Amino acid sequence: MLARVLVPREARRGEVIQIRISIRHPMETGFRYDNSGRVIPKNVINSLVCRYNGVAIFRAEMGSGIAANPQLQFYTVAQASGEFVFEWVDDAGQRGAERAVITVTG
Amino acid sequence: MPTRRRFLATLTAIAGAPLVARAALAQTDGRESLIRQVTGGAPVTAGRVKLDTPTLADNGHSVPLRVIVESPMTATDYVRSVTLLAERNPRPIVATFSLGPRAGRAEVFTRIRLADTQEVLALAQLSDGSYWSGTAKVIVTELACLDGS
Repeated sequence: MLARVLVPREARRGEVIQIRISIRHPMETGFRYDNSGRVIPKNVINSLVCRYNGVAIFRAEMGSGIAANPQLQFYTVAQASGEFVFEWVDDAGQRGAERAVITVTG
Repeated sequence: MPTRRRFLATLTAIAGAPLVARAALAQTDGRESLIRQVTGGAPVTAGRVKLDTPTLADNGHSVPLRVIVESPMTATDYVRSVTLLAERNPRPIVATFSLGPRAGRAEVFTRIRLADTQEVLALAQLSDGSYWSGTAKVIVTELACLDGS
């Protein structure tokens, strides 16, 4: 699953920073039919977690009410240099992950 | 006003009134049980939660939505979670976001699907366990085909 994360490369300690992620995923509702009339099974990214140096700072439990190619934007306090790790899974059991590095000064 | 027109207007008003009342009742009923599903029956106070959406959404498939909760976001006073509810969607619980004291700011942005014109509701649970809510009415001109129709 293709994903794009946006995390500032640098921040000052204590600064509130914006985190963004968008993932390419159809977020199938289970209410649609294919060309031969069969129901396309529901398949959405049902959970996502963002860890900052190993600590979960944000979680999302999602359903079919989230638009296709889900976008999330949230905030965290820059505490230390290190890594943001995003992990998610869809109804089909397919997992995805993405990471970003931050340098915190001061 | 000509008598006939006035008569017709009255007739429509009489016929329409109970229908409107019943529809409104149905919506509040559904909403209350939905909220209970999330809170487990804990009281909910209106306030502290702001929803930022366009009032008029051209397309129900992707409606931008920002939730902002008034909170100092300190180690002892923070927002634990935010749940988005769209009661006219076939699956009304849209998402739950878990925040915490490290968020620094209780604000989340996402894009949602709306099956109909409706009032979107956000429920925030604070660190003391209390629930707060905010709403935003969104008029959807082109609906998301969530129910296959």
